[in-house]
Amino acid sequence: MLSYVFRRLLQAIPILLAVAALIFLLFSVIPGSFASSQMADGRTVMDAEAVARMNQQFGLDQPVATRFVKYIGQLVTLDLGTSFRTRQPVWHLIAERLWPTLQLAFASMLFAIAIGVPLGFLAALRPGSWIDMISMVAAVSGLSLPKFWLGLMLMYLFALTLGWLPSFGYGDGSLKNLILPSIALGVAPLALLARTTRASVLEIMNADFVRTARSKGMSERRVVQWHLARNALVIVLTTVGLQFGSVIGQAVVVEKLFAWPGLGSLLVDSVSLRDIPVVQGCILVIVLFFLLVNMLVDVLAATIDPRIRYT
Amino acid sequence: MSGEALLEVENLRLDLIVGARRFPAVKDVSFTIGRGETLGLVGESGCGKSITALSLIGLLRHPLAIGGGTIRFKGREIQNLSAGEMRKLRGNAISMIFQEPMTALNPLSPVGRQIAEMFVLHKGATWHEAERKAVEALANVRVPAPDRRVKDFPHQLSGGMRQRVMIAIALACRPDLLLADEPTTALDVTVQAEILDLIRDLSAAQGTAVLMISHDLGLIANMCARVGVMYAGRLVEKRPAQEVFRTPSHPYTKGLVASLPLLGARARHGRHKLKEITGVVPAVTAFPDGCRFNPRCYARTEICVAQDPGETPLPHDGLVRCHHHE
Amino acid sequence: MKFRANLVMGGVLFAAVVVAGTFAPFLAHTDPVMDANLMNAEIPPGSEFWFGTDAQGRDIYSRVLHGARISLTVGIVSQLINTVIGVALGLSAGYWGGWWDDLVSGVTNMMLAIPSLIFALAIMAILTPGLTSLLIALGLTNWSYTCRLSRASTLSLKNQGYVQAAKVLGYSDIRIMVTQILPNILGPIIVIGTLGMGGAVLAEASLSFLGLGIRPPFPSWGSMLSDARDQITTAPWISVFPGLAIFVTVLGLNLLGDGLRDILDPQSRARRA
Repeated sequence: MLSYVFRRLLQAIPILLAVAALIFLLFSVIPGSFASSQMADGRTVMDAEAVARMNQQFGLDQPVATRFVKYIGQLVTLDLGTSFRTRQPVWHLIAERLWPTLQLAFASMLFAIAIGVPLGFLAALRPGSWIDMISMVAAVSGLSLPKFWLGLMLMYLFALTLGWLPSFGYGDGSLKNLILPSIALGVAPLALLARTTRASVLEIMNADFVRTARSKGMSERRVVQWHLARNALVIVLTTVGLQFGSVIGQAVVVEKLFAWPGLGSLLVDSVSLRDIPVVQGCILVIVLFFLLVNMLVDVLAATIDPRIRYT
Repeated sequence: MSGEALLEVENLRLDLIVGARRFPAVKDVSFTIGRGETLGLVGESGCGKSITALSLIGLLRHPLAIGGGTIRFKGREIQNLSAGEMRKLRGNAISMIFQEPMTALNPLSPVGRQIAEMFVLHKGATWHEAERKAVEALANVRVPAPDRRVKDFPHQLSGGMRQRVMIAIALACRPDLLLADEPTTALDVTVQAEILDLIRDLSAAQGTAVLMISHDLGLIANMCARVGVMYAGRLVEKRPAQEVFRTPSHPYTKGLVASLPLLGARARHGRHKLKEITGVVPAVTAFPDGCRFNPRCYARTEICVAQDPGETPLPHDGLVRCHHHE
Repeated sequence: MKFRANLVMGGVLFAAVVVAGTFAPFLAHTDPVMDANLMNAEIPPGSEFWFGTDAQGRDIYSRVLHGARISLTVGIVSQLINTVIGVALGLSAGYWGGWWDDLVSGVTNMMLAIPSLIFALAIMAILTPGLTSLLIALGLTNWSYTCRLSRASTLSLKNQGYVQAAKVLGYSDIRIMVTQILPNILGPIIVIGTLGMGGAVLAEASLSFLGLGIRPPFPSWGSMLSDARDQITTAPWISVFPGLAIFVTVLGLNLLGDGLRDILDPQSRARRA
């Protein structure tokens, strides 16, 4: 299994490099540079000479090919470059934002799994019942809610009106600050998990081996415990993995809304300031995280399902 | 009939429920199975054999349901038992083997555990004892190296081996009745014979009665003392196996027997083509009026279309359902 | 056979949004951008201003109606671009195989690894904010699923008799792909396209909310919400209605997609939620 993990890690490298190249090329066709955007935004007054000096300082006056080779060279040594804005290594900026984002992602997935999976299970065990109807209506609604609007409404209700929870910010990193953003971010994966769980349980319910289990004289509860749950789990697990990736992506909006000091806020801020090295760094870290989570899910699935080989 | 009746089925009716309408998928089916006896049920696919078997252990699921008749097991009516009461019988006193050994076992569970479940469920064994008994059960169904095989997952076993595991599960609690629904259809021909031998030997040794369901008349002839022939949800002929083959009475049975390649038949009767029955079994929702076989029958007359034939008793506790039986 | 509640509900909701967007100039009470009047700022919903007014005194009802035009344009056009790209790449990769297939599969895998909102965000960073940029950013970043699906279905159809027959008849590859294979894989693609449209509406709102899509004062639901955040304590209705509009539009598209899936792609009901 270790060799499988190792192999999967090796496979992730070309994808990461391809993403890096893609992002690099994307930003090298940029019409404006960091320097000129500083000027356009009216943040600083700069003359053409100052712009040229800045471009030279960041090496932006060199041809694209030269910069590309240099950039990839840096990446291979795990150097993400230097921020245009703060002149700090990108690694530092990302490192201090990583933990809050991970906290948020894990908390919202935990919320989604803890409610979505049991809900889908209950719905599937009584198809057509009121609990099935309600949970599936709730699920499709949850998928249709804009996260930042949901966040805004939660903020208005629980923070500004009722005053139970802080309205925004990281605070001292306590659970209180985490609750609202995690719910706003977790509702969509919750809805999707409920639907996937329901569908996979229903599918397995009609499987031949479940009929065998019933023919053994098992109670429905035991059929679920001994035969249904684990089989459904394998399918649900894959959805969890994919959702983890998309949660990190969606976190940008929620982080921005709740002024959460995570990777997403950093990314959005850097995009508006055209702080390209930071943007590239953030995207690479997000992609890396996505690949790692999916690898983890595949390994877990393989330990549960003996039919999946480590290939 | 040998011994006292173990299972008595009377006028069983199984309904297919479509909205508010109920179509009789199986109607007026009656038969008995004595202790230790083997009864065969033959017919084309879709004639109601499998759902008859499923109804006997209460495993019919929507849109199918028992619509009438009685099922008596050891003298006790079981068609209306509560779910809990039925569960005590199921697997314990009546067990079942299914057609598809590929999918009938849980792919994520070692086969040993799937056998062991039976001892935990019905014999109150601990998992530890049960796992040990599972090894014995696997040895019983002639699986080599059972102590290692119990740890295997279904996908690691061949179709024949999986069906052996299914038999081990079904016979684990020494049931009185085994329902075998096309147990060898999905298997290679060479493996088929081994599996049938296994079922015959083990059931004989344990005194287990068998309801053997197959579309294969030859197989039924080998295994069973008495044979019931089903067509479109009705039992059209029921007689001792020898007689069914020697002097089939119902036109459908005749067709089945004539379509059977018999070894040495050419020597006796000269060259002749195997006969087939034209047409297909009608859908449950579109059974014809009168005799259900009439659209395909060579002996059809007006009465066959107008009137449903009743049961005519034949010698040796047999019966036939035809206006023109011989 | 069965009353398809989701299809009907989704159809009605989506049709309502389409009508609102199409006839916005007639249905609206005021011009969504120009009719700012600070005298009317932050008036709660009532008989004159059905949805209330915002901080600049603009009629929210009129702005929400006009917002439907932006959302629908972005949703429909960008998803069309995605579908065309996905189908063209997936179909040709599945049909031709070889190095082209390897290349397309490689690029698709890479696309799947980048969350599409992040990718769109990156593209918006290099373009000037606005409608065209949004169409490009959202139209280029969400085709990987369509591509995978088209490729898989093409692979399974490629060796069917009728496709082989068309080959024997000397049809060109392109003609076979378009006339023989495409019609048979269209059902699931329409389903994904409908659901993707809902995703695009959400993505547009998110980007505009972040200030990277449609910029104020133009009435995109996302940018309206971005403005409304500052008045959430004093005038919560400014936040409520644009959000509801997004919700109703996306819900309509999701229900429609579910309903279409039941009809067009029945096998997948159990497979995917």
